[in-house]
This record gives sequence, structure tokens and C-alpha cells, in this order.
Amino acid sequence: MSDPETQTIEADVLVIGGGTGGPMAAIRAKEANPNLRVVLLEKANVKRSGAISMGMDGLNNAVIPGYATPEQYVKEITIANDGIVHQKALLAYANGSYDMIRYLDKLDVRFEKDGAGDYAVRKVHHMGTYVLPMPEGHHVKKVLYRQLRRLRIGVINRYMATRLLRGADGRIGGAIGVNTRTSEFLVIRARTVVLACGAAGRLGLPASGYLFGTYENAANCGDGHAMAYHAGAALANLECYQINPLIKDYNGPSCAYVTGPFGGYTANNKGNRFIECDYWSGQMMLEFWRELESGNGPVFLNMRHLAPETIGEIETILHSNERPSRGRFHARRGTDYRHRMVEMHISEIGFCAGHSASGVWADERAQTTVPGLYAVGDMASVPHNYMLGAFVNGAIAGQEAARFCAEVDLPMPDAEMLAAEQARVLAPTRRADGLTPFEVEYKTRRLVNDYLAPPKITAKMRIAQERFAEIREDLDSLVARDPHELMRALEVQSILDCADMAAAASLYRTESRWGFYHFRVDYPETDNDDWFCHSLLCKDAEGRMAHRKRAVDSYVVPVDATEMTAYQKLRIAPAQEAA
Amino acid sequence: MPLAAHDASVPVVVDEAKCIAAKGCTVCVDVCPLDVLAIDLVRGSAFMKYDECWYCMPCEVDCPTGAVKVNIPYLLR
Repeated sequence: MSDPETQTIEADVLVIGGGTGGPMAAIRAKEANPNLRVVLLEKANVKRSGAISMGMDGLNNAVIPGYATPEQYVKEITIANDGIVHQKALLAYANGSYDMIRYLDKLDVRFEKDGAGDYAVRKVHHMGTYVLPMPEGHHVKKVLYRQLRRLRIGVINRYMATRLLRGADGRIGGAIGVNTRTSEFLVIRARTVVLACGAAGRLGLPASGYLFGTYENAANCGDGHAMAYHAGAALANLECYQINPLIKDYNGPSCAYVTGPFGGYTANNKGNRFIECDYWSGQMMLEFWRELESGNGPVFLNMRHLAPETIGEIETILHSNERPSRGRFHARRGTDYRHRMVEMHISEIGFCAGHSASGVWADERAQTTVPGLYAVGDMASVPHNYMLGAFVNGAIAGQEAARFCAEVDLPMPDAEMLAAEQARVLAPTRRADGLTPFEVEYKTRRLVNDYLAPPKITAKMRIAQERFAEIREDLDSLVARDPHELMRALEVQSILDCADMAAAASLYRTESRWGFYHFRVDYPETDNDDWFCHSLLCKDAEGRMAHRKRAVDSYVVPVDATEMTAYQKLRIAPAQEAA
Repeated sequence: MPLAAHDASVPVVVDEAKCIAAKGCTVCVDVCPLDVLAIDLVRGSAFMKYDECWYCMPCEVDCPTGAVKVNIPYLLR
């Protein structure tokens, strides 16, 4: 490949990632000040990118007056996340939740309503009521796209951001992108940057061995986490992995959130319930894993007892929204919800605050530790965020960025850094042979499964670090024969960064917490004396991975000590189980 | 190290009789989050170029002529 051209553009607000939180950040920045130059950069195409590519089947964290209060929600997530939360960020989300639902409703996103026109909220969580079904939720991306067009937001598709730029004073200064079809370079100088790159979902390897059969949209491979790390931003609690109960082999949910309110439930091979609550938490995953290991596995989702009309309704929701190919998957194996339970299994590991809690540190204003840099959605550290959290925090970031960029000038990028990054990015195109991105990715992710997936064992994680260091040397042999392969070659470097961060963060926290997510065999107890704190990981001045603790801010919503253990009592008592 | 080709059956199948790529349509290529589809200029139809499918289905749902079918990849079928 000959050397591609480099183009430079300027923006006031640069949003990286056009999935869920990204478009909302761009929309809100532009609504806050229509004169701003807002640019939305997307690796795929905003029409169908991100976690909600095919829509969403429901809101999992709707805080709607009459059903729940923001304070109740903050308390529930504080308990579900073993107390390690930045409550101010949870409260900012909860306070914005209802307004966002009404805003989306106005834009024509459809939510389930009862006969009186009120939102039909259901209970799935252990304590409160927060689930609002979206039987017609397949068109969310179309609604967002329409609003982006209406506001004339500058969308740049098929460009992958590779590194963030910082000004001499440490402030954010923009990003470098590369076209995934031509390898052309783009330098975007910007006053503010909102990172919305989704989960690090291509970290563990699905049991099928299919690299792209991940729970998360496989485009979400941790680019955002890696970029934030290299720009010096802190990442929080990365040892709190995301692991999900999914349909065995098909890496989508069965899904208990949808079927639970209709009467579906998680069962063992005897058809018995073993957990009190199907809401995804580390504690629930621990019980799920124990059941799989106990001889009572596999674990299933049981709907056989439901009325045919109810099953029909469930099929309509599950087979037309979010992951519609699951219907096709079941049909081929002859799995009919009426007659057979759906076999489930544990997903590969990843980082995703949408369902779990780890990611780039973001406070109640979506600010990272780098001035002018914001992070939202699955890649930011606000726990149990889900789609609505990405929208609300995206909106917060958009408004904050609009405000901040009015106060600052455009930093000058460092020419040396730009040249070095161009050399790094293009290196795989300079070789005629070597290692393919596929091989390097497969090996990295296979090692993630072998050594990093819980139960976490110190000796295994240290071996992982040795193997990752070897692979890091192999990066100098990566070969990319076309721009598409170059995108994969760049992605595998983000994946390796995330694998290294997962190992380092897991070794740092010498206790067990968050149920299965950080179950350390060598430190099986939760140690509140030493570890009731956030763990922050960042790149130090020498370019090494460094760690520090951050105290949990005093709660704005007090939680009683007796309530704090509610999520640790999810297993149904044996007597009850037998009954 | 020299490279060898590695063949695989691909999950996305395009009905060439229905595909209107020859008329300039690129909808399926445009919407794919993993960018795995391409247009075969000689045959005038879309095809799956890279075995990197997430079986998410925008290509099938957004195709104006119903030419695209997404199957579950063999490894996880």
C-alpha cells in the first residue's frame, strides 16, 4: 500500500462512537449551542452501529415516578455493586432518567404503555421496579439518525480513531483517525472529545471459538479503553469484569429480563429454580457458575409452563429486537419455548459498565481525569448503565462539552506525536509477510480465557502477563494486506492492551468482590478494611501501568448496613429449592 | 513467515437474482457494523468477503429486495 493522505479538520466537540451515547452527546451539544461544530466519528456507519444496531427490547433501568424514585435506584445499584460506586454519578443518571424517556418518546421511540397510556413498568431487580419493555424497540437507531440529520450534525462514517491528542497543557486536543476502507488519515483537532466507543467485548473468546460470536457487538473491541489509557486517563475497577448468562453457543441473552415479568425463570437440569432474582449481578453470576459446576447443570431458561399466547408475545419481542437471529438459532435446533427449556451458559469476559461496573473513570458530569475528555456508555465507569444510561450520560457529556469548549481555545497537536502514530498505524502495511491479525487476536483471547477468566488465580494471571508480553513483541510482525485487515491489526492492539489491563487490575485488588466478576481464589474474602475503594489504573510518566486507590465518596443516598447484603443472598435456600 | 489461505463457509448468503448491486445499491455493505460485505463488480452482486459476522441482521432487514439471508455461523449452529 502506498502512503495514504492526511487531512486535518477542526471541531468544537468531537464525539468518537456513533452507537448509543455518542449520538445523544452530539445531539445535546448541538441543541445546547447550534453554532458549535459537532463532529461524530464512527468506525462503522451510524445507521446501524453499536450495541443497539438492531434496536433494544426494553429499558432495564427506568426510574419512573410512581414506580421508583432516584434515591431507591441509587440504593439498589449501590447494593448490587457491593458498595463500590460513585453515587453522585448514579444519582445524576437517575435524576435524568425520566426526562430522557420522555425525550425519546417525543422523538418516537416506542415504549410499552398500559390502557391508560402510562408506562408499563415491570419488576426484574432484586428490590425495585425499573424494567420498561419495548416490544417495538427495533427502530431506535432510525430515530437517532433522523435527529442527527435534523440537527445537521457532521457524521464521519468508516473512520476508526486510533489515538487521542493532547495539548501542551495536558488538555484534550482531538484525535487521529484512519479510514477503514482506504487507510487515509484524518487529524481532528478539537476543543473537547466525548468517548463513546462501547464495551471491550472482544476480550474473552466465546466457547465456540468464533472470534466474532461475542455477546457485545464485535466492533466494540476496547478501542476506547485503549485510547483513554494511552492519553493518560484513569480507568476504574477493571477487575470487575462483565460476564453474562447467555444462550449456550448463541451469545445473546435468553432473555430473563424479557421473560421474567411473564413468568419465565432460570432453572437447573432438574427444572428447579436456584436463584431468587434473574437481574444480572456478580453475585447472581456466582450462583449461576456454582450451579453449572455442581452437577445440577446445565442451567436453563424455563418458559414451558407459560400460556401459548404469552409465549407468542415473548417470541415477537425476542425474535424481532436487539438480537433477532436468536429465533433462527432456536429454530435450527428445534428449540420451541413451549416444549423445551433454553440451554444457557456463561459468556466470555469483557469490560462493560452497561451491565457491570468497570471502565474509564467518569464522574457525575461524565468527566474523565483528562480535562476536556468525557466518557459515556458501556466504556465509562457508571455501573449498570444499560442503554438508557448511555443516553442520559451521553446527554450530560454533550451539555458539559458544549459549555467547556466555549471557555478554551484549540490546542496545537504535537507534530512528533502525529508522525509517530502514523508510523505505528501503518507498520503492518509495510510488511509482505508475518502474522495475521486473526492469529494474534485468537491467541490473545484464548489466553484471556485460559488465565484471566474467574475463578481468578494469582499464578495463572502472572503466566498470562508473560504470554501477553511475548505477544506484544509479536506485534512487530503483524501484517495487513488491505485497509480492512489494517483495522483488525489495530483492533488487536487494543485487545492486547485491554487483556494486560484486565490482568494488572485483577492482581492489584487482593480480595474477592462483586461475586463471580472478581472471585480471587487466593483472597476469597471481601476485605472492606483495605479495599472498600475504587481501584484506578493509568499510564504513568514512564509509560508503565500504574495503580492507585480512590476512596468511595460519601454516599448522597445512605444505605443501611442490613440492606447492604441483600444481593449476597440470591441463592434459594435448599428446603425451598426442594419444595 | 509466508501466509496461507484459510477457507471457511460464510453465514451471509446473497441471492444474485434478487441483488441490485449492479444498479448501484450498496445498502447491505453500508449498514454492516463489521464491514464484512463487499460488491463483486464482475458478478454485479454483494457477497460476504470476510468471515467476521456478528449475525446481527441489518444487511438482511435493510435490503430493499430481500436478497440477503443471514445464517448462523457453522461453529455455533
